[in-house]
Amino acid sequence: MKKLLIGLVCLVPVFGSGQTPTGEEILKQVDTNIMSGNRAITSTMVVHGRRTTRTITSKSWIQGTNKSFSEYLAPAREKGTKMLKLEDQLWMYSPQSDRIIRIAGHMLRQSMMGSDLSYEDMMEDRSLLETYTPEILGSESIGDRDCWVLKLSAKVDDVAYHSQKIWIDKERMLGLKQDLIAKSGKLLKTITIKEVFLVEGRWYPKRMIFKDVLSKGKGTEFIIDSIEYDVDIPDYIFSKASLRK
Amino acid sequence: MIKFIINGLLRDRNRSFFPIIIVAIGVWLTVFMQAYLTGVMGDMIDTTARFSTGHVQIMSKAYAENKDQVPNDLALMDVAKIMSEMQAEYPEMTWVKRITFGGLIDIPDVNGETRSQAPVMGFGIDLLSPGSTEINTMNVAKSIVQGRLPENPNEILISDLLADRLEVNLGDAATLLSSTMFGSMIMHNFKVVGTIRFGIMALDRGAIIADVGDVQHALDMEDAAGGILGYLPNRIYNDDTALGIVERFNQRYEDEADEYAPVMGKLIELSDLGGYLEMAGSMSGILIFVFVIIMSIVLWNAGLLGGLRRYGEVGIRLAIGEPKGHIYRSLIYESIFIGIVGSIIGTALGLGCAYWLQVVGLDISAFLQNTSMMISNVFRAEITDETYYIGFYPGLFATVIGTMLSGIGIYKRQTAQLFKELEV
Repeated sequence: MKKLLIGLVCLVPVFGSGQTPTGEEILKQVDTNIMSGNRAITSTMVVHGRRTTRTITSKSWIQGTNKSFSEYLAPAREKGTKMLKLEDQLWMYSPQSDRIIRIAGHMLRQSMMGSDLSYEDMMEDRSLLETYTPEILGSESIGDRDCWVLKLSAKVDDVAYHSQKIWIDKERMLGLKQDLIAKSGKLLKTITIKEVFLVEGRWYPKRMIFKDVLSKGKGTEFIIDSIEYDVDIPDYIFSKASLRK
Repeated sequence: MIKFIINGLLRDRNRSFFPIIIVAIGVWLTVFMQAYLTGVMGDMIDTTARFSTGHVQIMSKAYAENKDQVPNDLALMDVAKIMSEMQAEYPEMTWVKRITFGGLIDIPDVNGETRSQAPVMGFGIDLLSPGSTEINTMNVAKSIVQGRLPENPNEILISDLLADRLEVNLGDAATLLSSTMFGSMIMHNFKVVGTIRFGIMALDRGAIIADVGDVQHALDMEDAAGGILGYLPNRIYNDDTALGIVERFNQRYEDEADEYAPVMGKLIELSDLGGYLEMAGSMSGILIFVFVIIMSIVLWNAGLLGGLRRYGEVGIRLAIGEPKGHIYRSLIYESIFIGIVGSIIGTALGLGCAYWLQVVGLDISAFLQNTSMMISNVFRAEITDETYYIGFYPGLFATVIGTMLSGIGIYKRQTAQLFKELEV
């Protein structure tokens, strides 16, 4: 998810007015922003299911793109559940069963916590430029924001989505909408940024809607409650031992 | 007359031997195919009813629309109330609640971390209630390869093939990773107390069986279930009876706008077996039709050859004044006798083969590695009352039609030419 989320985040524009950047240049800026240092994020995920709506809060500690540790704080059923990602491996811990389970194979494509995000979405950590070839399709407005429209075509086989279409705010260089598309051309998911905020000079999505278009749910709202950059994260956090603590 | 014809056939074996062989082979195939199809389709219906749909099944409307995905987030609520109503209304029927669920089964190592894991299809059935019919319905006790039936909460049975693959031993812990009815992720610990093999590849590949109460608890489905299954008395399916129950039940809820209101379906609709059953129902007719056509053509040819061989005989019979119609009818009488004898021989052979397939069966598990259909790994024939007489239709019709076609030549013989032909 970090890639999907931060894939929508860019630095303040570096291109002068009238100068048209290339797709690669836009993605490079996005990727530069992704490679930020340590972060601690508190977030709320509101899963609008077909029958119920659930609100899940969590705190995540992220180091670069390869390491992250999340702890679920609420609701009671999820409280204490922890998730550890190291490189391309993912483990989950549940206090009810006191088990550490590796999430692999087809499970990675399953819904995470009943949301519209999959574990695979959470796992993707490579840069956009490393995995996609961009092509500028033109300009469009989303609301009152003027955006670049880019088509991203996968250049590696093991990427979750074969292609993407992304709308990037020209002024803030912040992605406002993203369509995630399968190899067959079928639209799989959409991400729409509803609210943004400025944190330490970076525009960041505050509230976004993830929608798995293949499911009949009403989408998942992801809200960044707070974000801190360059926080000190002890090394032991990114170990399996910390899952049981 | 009949005795005369039979004597003629017995004394001139060339007249009867080949047609009887043809008829016997055709009847043999008809009888065998009828028994085979009856066995396979019957088994498919029974297996589907026992493991998947029941004879009728109550689900929520939303669940029914997506039943192939076993969407437990759309499960039926107020299950206890609905079950007691159904039990009161149809006391002769058996009503059970079931939960089918998907997930990942994870076997821990000594540190409680993943040692092995695999995706599974789980069944929550009533294993622990006294007098539960489910153990018998799903043939659980007889399917146990090692261990025992669950006797305590949180004990499960696991498919024998899966247990081998995961290197699970009896008494080992197994954690189910799945989603609750409300979408939360769950990890629930079970204890493996037995391994099972149903002889149905779709289940044997990776199934776990747990008590429905444990599954309700694990998946946060208190008083909810994927479906309530109803079985007709003696577990014998009758489509008309099922239809009556379904229509009566659904009438009560037809005005409900709630997508989670209950709805009932019957086995044939729920299992998508309708097309197969229709095909199987008309298969006897198709078999008879095909064999009558094929055998008629073969016997027509045999009759023409016989006609050539008996050209002189027919000529003499015409010359001494026997009417053409009489000769034609006598040939038809002969064919009826041939048809009866051929049909008896063919039916006996067909019954023998069908009995062998009924007892021994044909193991097709190698072809079912990836199937999700509820069919047994061993195909068996089933001998029914119809099997005993079905062969007589093609046996008799084909010989009579074949003879009628070949015998038309008799009417083309010119009496004035007979002596000239006989001189030759």
